[in-house]
This record gives sequence, C-alpha cells and structure tokens, in this order.
Amino acid sequence: MTKSGDAVRIEGLRVVRGGREILHGIDATVAAGSITGLLGPSGSGKTTLLRCLVGVQIVAGGRVEVLGRPAGDPGLRTRVGYVTQSPSVYVDLTVTENLRYFAAVLGAAASDVDRVVGQVGLRQRADDLVGSLSGGQRARVSLATALLGQPELLVLDEPTVGLDPLLRRDLWELFTSLAADGTTILVSSHVMDEAQHCQRLLLLRDGSVLAQGSPDELRERAGVDDLEEVFVRLIEASAATVEA
Amino acid sequence: MSAAITFATARRVLGQLRRDPRTIALLVVVPALLMVILRWVLTNQRHNFDHIGAPVLGVFPLVVMFVVASVATLRERRTGTLERLLTMPLHKLDLLLGYAIAFGVVAVVQVGVSTALALGPLGLRVAGSGWLVFGIGVLDALLGMALGLLLSAFANSEFQAVQFMPAVVFPQLLICGLLTPRNQMDAVLHGISDVLPMTYAVDAMQRVTTSSAFGAAMAVDMIVVAAVAVAALALGAATLRRRTA
Repeated sequence: MTKSGDAVRIEGLRVVRGGREILHGIDATVAAGSITGLLGPSGSGKTTLLRCLVGVQIVAGGRVEVLGRPAGDPGLRTRVGYVTQSPSVYVDLTVTENLRYFAAVLGAAASDVDRVVGQVGLRQRADDLVGSLSGGQRARVSLATALLGQPELLVLDEPTVGLDPLLRRDLWELFTSLAADGTTILVSSHVMDEAQHCQRLLLLRDGSVLAQGSPDELRERAGVDDLEEVFVRLIEASAATVEA
Repeated sequence: MSAAITFATARRVLGQLRRDPRTIALLVVVPALLMVILRWVLTNQRHNFDHIGAPVLGVFPLVVMFVVASVATLRERRTGTLERLLTMPLHKLDLLLGYAIAFGVVAVVQVGVSTALALGPLGLRVAGSGWLVFGIGVLDALLGMALGLLLSAFANSEFQAVQFMPAVVFPQLLICGLLTPRNQMDAVLHGISDVLPMTYAVDAMQRVTTSSAFGAAMAVDMIVVAAVAVAALALGAATLRRRTA
C-alpha cells in the first residue's frame, strides 16, 4: 500500500441486527498513513463499523474495501491489527505467553514480542499473569497483540478508555509515531478531546455519518473552535435540515 | 491449515491448564475415584465388576472430557479471543485440533491413571490386553472431547453448555448397552443406539472384557469412535463463523 490514497473505502454500508438497521448506508474513507478518529456517542454504531472493517460483522449491504481488498479477505489477516473494546487476551497466561501465542498465529518473529511489550510500556510486567494486571494494563496487552507483525492498518476500538491521563498521552504519542512510519490508524472514541490528536475525523451518530474531514475543516463548517461544540452544532444543523 | 498454529494452540491451551491445577486434579482424580467407588459398591459382586468395569472405564473419561470441552470455545467467545483469532490467519480447524491435542494429552494421563488403578489395585479382570483397554479408553475420551467442542459452538451461555451433558450424554448412556444388552431392547431403541457413537465406545470395551482376540468387530468399533470424533471436530470447525451478527 502506498502512502497516498485511501486505506479504507466504505460505500453504502448497511448493517441490520435483530431486525433493526444499525448502520444506514455509510459512505466514508480513511486516508492511508493518517490517524482517523471515529467519534460518536455510545450506541452510534462505532464498534459495528469497525467490526465491518475487520470482516467479522455480517453486513446487509454496501461495500467495504480495506487496503485494496474486500474487508475480511484472507489476505488481510496479517495486514490489519484489531483491538476490541474489552481486552481480548487470555487472563490465565502471562503477558509474554499471550503475545508469543498470537505471534505464532500471525507468523510474526518471536523478537516482535519484545518490541511490542516495550511499545505499550509493559516491560516490567512481561512475566506477570494478565489476570493480575489492572484493566488499563490488560487493555495495553490487547493493544500490543494488535501491533505484532507491524500491520499496515490498525483498527482500535476505544483503546484509551479508562486509562490515566499520562498513559493516554503516551499511547497517543505511540499512535502518532506509528502513523509517521506509515501505519494507518482508525481509532474510535466517545471523548471529543481525543479528536485533537487525529488528522481526520469521522463523526457518527445514530448509525449515519454526521460529518467527516480534518478537525480544522469541521471547526470552520460549524463556526466554533471547541470540538465538543462542533459536534453539537453539526447535530443541530443536520436536525434542522431534516425538519426543513 | 498450519501445523505450527495448531501446535502453538495446543501449547497455549496446556499452558492455561497448567495455571489451573484444580481442574487438572479433577480431570485425573474424578474418573479414578469413580472406579474406586464402583469397586466398593460391588464388593461382593466380583463378577459384575469385571463385567462392567471396562465399559465404565471408557464412559467416565468420555463424560468428563465432554463437559470440559463444551465450555472451551464458549470461553474463547466470551473473552473475545475467538473473534480476535478469527481476524488472524488461523484456520478454524487449527483451533479445534489444537484443543484436541491438548485435551488428548490430558486424556492419556487421565485414562492411564484410572486404567492402571482398575487393572492393578482394584483387580479388574479382562480377557483382552490392558493396553487395549487403555487405548479404547483414550479413544473414548477423545470422542467425548470432540462432541463437547462441537456442541460448545452452539452454547450461548455456561448454563446452556452444562445442560448439553445430560441432553447429549445421558440418553446414550441409557441405550448404549451398559444397563441392559442392546439385543434385549425395543427395536426402535436398538435402531437408535446403532447410530449413536457411545454404543461403539462401550461395545469395544465389552469385547475386550470377554475376548482376548482383536477381531474385526473390535476394529469396526474403534474406527467408528475415531471417525465420529474426527467428524465432530470438522463439523465444529464448520460451525464456527468468522462473521457474526
């Protein structure tokens, strides 16, 4: 994948779950080598959208193309790293044992384990059982797993939730440096102030894209500086159009 | 499919078991303890113990393995590790065979201990070879494990998973020929028992009890048990879905 172009292209994506439409025809792109923030309140469909990208979600319609292939294509399985909202690692194994196993599944070099443990700042706890770690530490083990094999696209579902501010800053620095090396990052959050770290934003509300663009573009459109306020204004604007 | 991923999975599952010594103890001790109780219950009925000892030696590990395995993929699903693995280059059979190998190792220890105990201190007398009793026992345990893994894919909660045992295992236990000879059962039940795998598991043990020869009927029994175990694993892999609602 070249640095130019789109890492992800979504066209008319619809997802129906339990007879209810969760995503109503999403059109969106994620620029390669960028950090794109997927923002929206809880229940807006962020997780469902991310699951579509990694190919674990049954979709009702539309097209999702990831790194030039249809989402879920077997060829993407080593090229996309995915972190679910709740840490998906084995609590009855140590940090290193978890990562060694996932590295074996991904066909990543054993030396990669040490690299990712360092990247998420868990060297001190590498030989501890995941079950003995705090929630934030477990989340970082889960993140480390997604970094194995240096995937071209990272899909992160609320990776910073519940972390203390210092750790959050460290993780955003990590994301920024990964993006600088060419990794595309799509990260969801319901905290608007995380939007400032992103080059592009995708605002999701009730299963539809409310707006997408760079933070500055969105600020300009809404005519306010504060990103939280931008979101409010855009919601009001879209409600007004619906009524008109 | 990849042998490297399969063995990595087996090692990972054994690593998890190692951290859970109580489960290991239960897996190994429970079938052995049940044999002791059986011998005790039949203190003055040596003949009866010899008669049902070997079949029971096959049934206990089958049941225990079924229960353990039926929670396995459910656990992976609930912790989200299954979804993560399915986004990775892992074949669904890699996962199930990995479990099968890990539980197979446990089955060898489990059946080894209870067989040695039954044939040694408890004085179980069989016409055939003790090694054959051991081999059939391991095969039976593997059958239980494979059926458990298959049904695990259908369980949405621990409550459901645990209920599969009485639902799937008990009816087979009743009509497999352990309680009463199959040729004395109603034709319908006899017909049903013909297509249930535990029938063959128990039949193999009954043959080794009464005959020292390794005949064709015995071979058929063992092949059926092994084939059903393999089919259950393949079906289990087919029922795991990468995409879910």
